[in-house]
Amino acid sequence: MRLFGHKLTASAQIGLVIIAINVVAAILAPIIAPYPEADIVGTAWGPPSAEHWFGLDNLGRDVFSRILYGARMTIGLGLLITLLAFVLGTIGGFAAAVLGRWVDTVLSRLADLMLSMPTLIFALVVLSVMGTDIPVLIITVGLLYSVPVFRLARAVAMNIAVLEYVEAAKLRGEGLWWIIRREILPNALPPLVAEFGLRFCFTFLFIAALSFLGLGIQPPQADWGSMVKETGQMIALRPIALYPAGAIALLTIGVNLVVDWLLAIHSRGHGEEV
Amino acid sequence: MNDNRPKQTDRQVLRVDNLRIEVKTDAGPGPVLVDDVSFTLCKGEVLGLIGESGAGKSTIGLASMVYTRSGCYITGGKIVFLDNDLRELNSDQRRNTRGVKIAYIAQSAAASFNPALTIYEQVCEVAVRHGLMNFADAKREAIKLFRELELPNPDTFGDRYPHQVSGGQLQRAMAAMAMVAKPDLLIFDEPTTALDVTTQVEVLASFRKLIREHGTAALYITHDLAVVAQIADRIMVLRHGKMVELGDATQILQHPTQEYTQKLVAERVAASTHEFVESDESGEALLKIDRVSASYRTLVKVINGVTLDIRRGDTVAVVGESGSGKSTLARILVGLLPREEGDIRFAGESLPPRLKDRSKDQLRRIQMIYQMPDVALNPQQTLLEIIGRPVSFYFNKSGDQVRQRVTELLRQIDLPESFITRRPGELSGGQKQRVSIARALAAEPELIICDEVTSALDPLVAEEILRLLKRLQDELGVAYMFITHDLGTVKRIANKVAVMLKGQLVAFGPTPKVFAPPFHPYTELLLSSVPEMRADWLDEVLAKRRQLV
Repeated sequence: MRLFGHKLTASAQIGLVIIAINVVAAILAPIIAPYPEADIVGTAWGPPSAEHWFGLDNLGRDVFSRILYGARMTIGLGLLITLLAFVLGTIGGFAAAVLGRWVDTVLSRLADLMLSMPTLIFALVVLSVMGTDIPVLIITVGLLYSVPVFRLARAVAMNIAVLEYVEAAKLRGEGLWWIIRREILPNALPPLVAEFGLRFCFTFLFIAALSFLGLGIQPPQADWGSMVKETGQMIALRPIALYPAGAIALLTIGVNLVVDWLLAIHSRGHGEEV
Repeated sequence: MNDNRPKQTDRQVLRVDNLRIEVKTDAGPGPVLVDDVSFTLCKGEVLGLIGESGAGKSTIGLASMVYTRSGCYITGGKIVFLDNDLRELNSDQRRNTRGVKIAYIAQSAAASFNPALTIYEQVCEVAVRHGLMNFADAKREAIKLFRELELPNPDTFGDRYPHQVSGGQLQRAMAAMAMVAKPDLLIFDEPTTALDVTTQVEVLASFRKLIREHGTAALYITHDLAVVAQIADRIMVLRHGKMVELGDATQILQHPTQEYTQKLVAERVAASTHEFVESDESGEALLKIDRVSASYRTLVKVINGVTLDIRRGDTVAVVGESGSGKSTLARILVGLLPREEGDIRFAGESLPPRLKDRSKDQLRRIQMIYQMPDVALNPQQTLLEIIGRPVSFYFNKSGDQVRQRVTELLRQIDLPESFITRRPGELSGGQKQRVSIARALAAEPELIICDEVTSALDPLVAEEILRLLKRLQDELGVAYMFITHDLGTVKRIANKVAVMLKGQLVAFGPTPKVFAPPFHPYTELLLSSVPEMRADWLDEVLAKRRQLV
């Protein structure tokens, strides 16, 4: 099997299969889920059975159905938040590295300011003031996560910006946008792609924490993070929390298997050591 | 030859038999780096390893202490050191050999010293760690070596930190570090390559003295035939990991039997005996640099009152040692470092000091080629993008026209048209440098600044690049400002030369005039420091310098 003109390794194939299963589950959730997302269909903490494959949760909702529905929220939100964080972070980081001087100073001190506040507290304050609509959630968490991305992008771009091909572009008279997009971005991609894989997974956990505090996804909507929180206390008696936790772990592994492969083909294409 | 040299005994120090070193990757066996190389080394003998980059010189040097870089493996042969096959030793025994009985002197002393420790601590460390002597004894030994290596204030030299001494001194301190445990074998890996020619002479002389006085066997790795001529008793020529020729130093340098060696020697001879390029004063004035000064945010001027002019079709070489301001002058010229005083006029009009104030056309007319082709080309772009961008950027050409122009440029630099889809990673060093030239030409410039364009290349490849530049100049009439530290290059291609020292111009004029008596004293020092292939050259230079002092 080949992708982007490169042969897929066994681990990359496994990763892609995992991601595909998750995406299909998210898209087709209303069709394939045996029960609605929020309906109470049995007794609380009911054991797994033929009707309820993964058992029932603390309120008596079908865990399997909720995992399917939760995939929509979790993957969708995670993707949007991570994308936003990367757009803001990389543009800011690259601009700081290329322009230097006051642009770098202002952006970097702003990042320091954000880092000096505990992320959870910051999110809580913003969400309690602005409300817990999903767009607000995306923008808040995206903004928070753009800070570490900014710092990484700036550090990577700093190393590239001093190379002579960037100087050659400056001497040619190229503008900032060209230098960022054509000279720096393609060469800064490997560490950023790796970070993307990790950041994407961190978002589930962060949203789970927010949901637990009542400011994330509002019940009865399902997302994997809050499902872990809801069923976690009873883990010794009814290990239901393992299902959503396992789903998070599986997707994380799948994403990272593909990321590893992307990094490997990227470096192999240029004769560097993997 | 020197008479006080210890008599060469037949005691064998190192014997390498049929050495084979391969790269192994996850995907399977990789290239063979060293193939069937054998040699012996006796006490007091110096064997020079010569070859281009990738010839396996350093790999052999490291393998002599059974060490390989990661991913490389010694897969065959014997390495017998003082009657022990090193490959059969366990790791503890190997550790007790390395540094104590076999010592290594690397190319860049600056990168090999720990900046946080004094020189004493690092020079004495090997002897102390291996329990050979206590710190006080090691220190006494170090001072003795500092004195032998003619370092300034040998009694207190070691108290300093690496950044407080010069590059040449640090390189000698590394030799002291290697010698402190009195090893039987020294491995020198291009120890003078990173130094200026004027410093190289002194460092080379103290290395030679050290080896001779202690009667240590040595492997001397270098790419410069003239350097190896001064120090080696025998020379081994390597290419692509295979031995080309092994023989007496005088035989190799004067009567090489193999074709490859003959080519290397001929190139080197040509470099030193080349006729001067005649100066032609007919071209119209192109660039006038008038009393220009600049500094890097400090009060010290890095360029101070430099005045020089370039005519159309000129090749002006700018020479001087590192730190003399050669490259800074180029940065001022292109506007990366704004000048603070003086004026630069290009084709009659004054250029704004800052890059961002210059017009697109002003930028187009001055192009630059860099020293390291590896970082001068974006590894993610194809040659079509790299060479085509100046075409579309400056001349607003359509996609088809750009492709046509790039094909034409590839033909001009003697690369096949099919390379248009390749990326820099798929090219050799020389080919990459050709692409850099094509990118500069694509802008149809009137002046090209060449910043040490041949110094990262092997001699035969560098020779081809110089010939290409010369041919392009004849065809296109472009002027070159050629920044270099290699005076051989200057003679061969420059009709004018500017000699820089500490940010000032000490001599400027037609090459035959600047390089002939009466010299500026600094020009004479530079010229006399260029190594020649005669074995007695070093003694002559040292004698001459002693007279001057």
